[in-house]
Amino acid sequence: MGERAMKQQRPLTITNGRLALPSGIVAGGIRLVDGLIEAVGEVEAGPDDERVDAKGQLIAPGLVDLGVFAIDKPAFHFGGITRAALMPDQSPPLDYPARVGHIAKSGKPDLWVHPLAAATRGLEGRELAEIALMKQGGARGIATGRRWIADSGVMLKLLQYAAMLDLVVVSHAEDGGLTGEAVATAGEMATRLGLPGAPAEAEALAVARDIALAELAGARLHLRQVTTRAGLDLVRAAKARGLQVTAGVTPAHFMLSDLATADFRTFARLSPPLRCEADRQAVIAAIGDGTIDVVASGHDPRGPEEKRLPFADAAEGMAGAETLLAMVLTVVRDGVIDMVRAFDLMAAAPARLLGVSAGALEQGLEADIALIDPEKPWIVDSRMMEASAGNTPFDGQGVQGRVTGLWKGGVAIG
Amino acid sequence: MTSAEQSGATGPNLQRYPAGALAFPHRDLLGIAALERHEILYLLDSAEPWVELNRQPSKHCDLLAGLTIINAFFENSTRTLLSFEIAGKRLGADVVNMHAAQSSVKKGETLIDTAVTLNAMRADAIVIRHGASGAVDLIASKVDCPVLNAGDGSHEHPTQALLDALTLRHALRERGEAAEDFTGLKVTICGDILHSRVARSNTLCLTALGASVRLCAPPALMPAGAEALGAQPFHDFDAALAGADVVMMLRLQSERMEGQFIPSAREYHHLYGLTRARLAHAEPGALVMHPGPMNRGVEIDSDVADMLDRSMITRQVEMGVAIRMACLDILTRRSRGVAGWESAR
Repeated sequence: MGERAMKQQRPLTITNGRLALPSGIVAGGIRLVDGLIEAVGEVEAGPDDERVDAKGQLIAPGLVDLGVFAIDKPAFHFGGITRAALMPDQSPPLDYPARVGHIAKSGKPDLWVHPLAAATRGLEGRELAEIALMKQGGARGIATGRRWIADSGVMLKLLQYAAMLDLVVVSHAEDGGLTGEAVATAGEMATRLGLPGAPAEAEALAVARDIALAELAGARLHLRQVTTRAGLDLVRAAKARGLQVTAGVTPAHFMLSDLATADFRTFARLSPPLRCEADRQAVIAAIGDGTIDVVASGHDPRGPEEKRLPFADAAEGMAGAETLLAMVLTVVRDGVIDMVRAFDLMAAAPARLLGVSAGALEQGLEADIALIDPEKPWIVDSRMMEASAGNTPFDGQGVQGRVTGLWKGGVAIG
Repeated sequence: MTSAEQSGATGPNLQRYPAGALAFPHRDLLGIAALERHEILYLLDSAEPWVELNRQPSKHCDLLAGLTIINAFFENSTRTLLSFEIAGKRLGADVVNMHAAQSSVKKGETLIDTAVTLNAMRADAIVIRHGASGAVDLIASKVDCPVLNAGDGSHEHPTQALLDALTLRHALRERGEAAEDFTGLKVTICGDILHSRVARSNTLCLTALGASVRLCAPPALMPAGAEALGAQPFHDFDAALAGADVVMMLRLQSERMEGQFIPSAREYHHLYGLTRARLAHAEPGALVMHPGPMNRGVEIDSDVADMLDRSMITRQVEMGVAIRMACLDILTRRSRGVAGWESAR
C-alpha cells in the first residue's frame, strides 16, 4: 500500500477555474500529470484524463504551513494545507537524525511533513544538535523552538553553521529574561486581569540581536512571529539593508489584540502573547507593505485538560490550521493585500524558505492544488472542529472562504 | 436583633435603589470591576445593620438558617477565612471550610473537578480563594450557586475593598464628614501594587465612589498601565503622601524583598516604610489602613500602626465581618425566596 496509493495514476485536468498565479488571477485550468503540474492556463484535457469542473472557483497552490506543533491531518486538509513544517518541540524533541527521518515520512500518503531540526540538543539552547545529519534525514530548516536561545554565543555559532549548510534558521524572538514567567503583554489588560506581563519590547530586543548575528554569520534568518511595531521596524530596516531576513506571523496577531484575553479566555493565551491594538495595526501594515513574508497557522491543538485552567496555568497555543485561509482572506477583503499576495504569504514564500518545489502554480512543480470558494460563508465553532482540539480564539466568528477540493501530488485527498 | 433581620431581608434605604434584585443584579461577587457605583453603595448600606448587630452581646440571627456555605481556600489564609466563617455562622448558616491549600489538590483539571464536586454537594454559596488570577471566575462558570471571590491571584479581592470603603465611611462619619460617597477624598495606596489584588480592587472601588487614588511603588512593583485603572502612579512616597487624606499600606511578601524586586527589607523601609515622620507629609489627621497581616518595621512602623485615633487597622477587621454578612445575605436572597429577588440571576 502506501507508496503505490500516493502516486497519481491518471492525468487530471481541472478546467473553468480562476488560477491564482504569481502574476495575477487568470481564468483557466490546470493539468496534473505524474504528480507534477504539467500545464497551466489554456489547458487541453487528454482523452484518458480525469476531469474536474472548477465552476469558476479559485485554483490555488496547496498551502505550505511553516511552523506547526502537531501533525493534525484532518485540520490541515480542511484548511487546504498540503505541506506542514513541523516545529522541533515534540516529545522527544526533533534533535536526533533518526527521529527527523521518521517524522519526514510520517505524513504519507496524503500530507508532506517537513521537519524543522532542533537547533540545540533538547532545545535547551546550549549545545548544537546534529544539524547536518538531520538535514540528510529530511530537515528543511532549523528552529530554536518555542523559546529563544538566550546565549548569544550559541546563537552565532548556530547561524554560522546554518549558513554553511544553507538552511534557514527559524527563531522565536522574545527575550527570555524579560518574558520570565509572563503570560501576557504588560499593559492595561494584563494589569486589570492581574496577570504577569512582559513588556512588548522583549520582542524587539530579540529581533535586533538575531538580525545582528545573522548579518555577522551571513545566515538566512526567519523570525517565525513578529508581532510588534518595534520588531517589524527592525525587520523592515534589515530588509532595506539587503539582509536575508524574513518575518512571519499567525492570524491571531493581526485579527486580535489583548482585549481578547478579557474574562481570562485561555484560547487567547498565545506565545508571543497578544499585543495592544497599535501593534495589531502595525502587523496589518507590515503584511501590506511586504515586511511580513509568511502567514502560518501556528497550529497547536490543546485539549480541555490543558486549556480549561486558570489563565496562567493554561498551555499556550491555538488550533489554527482550519482558519488560516479564511483569516488571510479577511485582509484581502479589507484591501490590505491582493489575492496573489495572499497565496505568496501562505504558500510560495514558505516553500521558498524551506526549499521545496511547491507553493505556486508553475509548470514542473509538485501538483499540490487547492480548489477554493473564497466567498463561502461559515462560522468558526470550537465544538465542531476537524482539529484534534477546538482551541480557537476565533470561536463564534463568521468568516468567508472554504477549501472545496484538495490534491497532493495530483491525488485527491478526502 | 429584629431590626437587622428585617433590613437584612429587604435592604436599607429602599428609596435610594431600584426595587428587589435590580439593586444588585449579579449572581456572584467576582470583582469590583463588574459593579456599578450604586451597587457598591447598596452593599455598603446593606452592611450597616450587621455592624450594629456585631456590636451587640448576642450576635446571632437565623437569616440563613438551613443554608450551606462552603469556604474553599486554595491558598493559605487566616483572617479572611475566619471572617467569612464568622459571617456565615452569625447569619445562622452551616459553614464548612475546605483547606485545599493543605490537601493534595493540584492545579489542572482538578480545579474544575473540585468545582463540580462542590456543586454536587448543593452548597448555597461558595467562597473561594485561589492563588491564580481568574481561577474564581473559572470555578464560578462551573457551579450553579453564588460564588464569592475571597481573592484570586493578583486580580481582585472585592470584599477587602468593600470593607475598606465601609471602614472609611464610618471613620469619616465619626469626624462629622459623612457624605454620599468619597468625592474629593485623596487616598494613597503604597506597596507591592504589581502583585496586589487588594490594590486593584481598592482602586476600582474608591475611584467608583469618587475618591482620587494614588498608587505608589518602586518601578519593579508597579504594573504597566496603572493609569488605566484610574489611578495616578508615583515612585516617590513623600510626593505620593502630600495632601493625602488616607494612607493604605500593603503587605510586602518576604520572598519579594530579597533582591528579585527590591534589594532588601531595610532598603524598602528606607524608601517606602510608613514612619511618623513620613506620615507628616499627608493631611493632618490622615487615616492609616493596612489589610494585614503587617510586616511591622518594614512597610509600616509600629507607632504608626498602633495610633489609636488614626490607625484603622483593627476597624478594618471588624467591618470585614459585616460586609461579608451583607454579601452572603444579598447573594442568597434568590435561593431563600426573598420577595423581589426571585428573578435574580
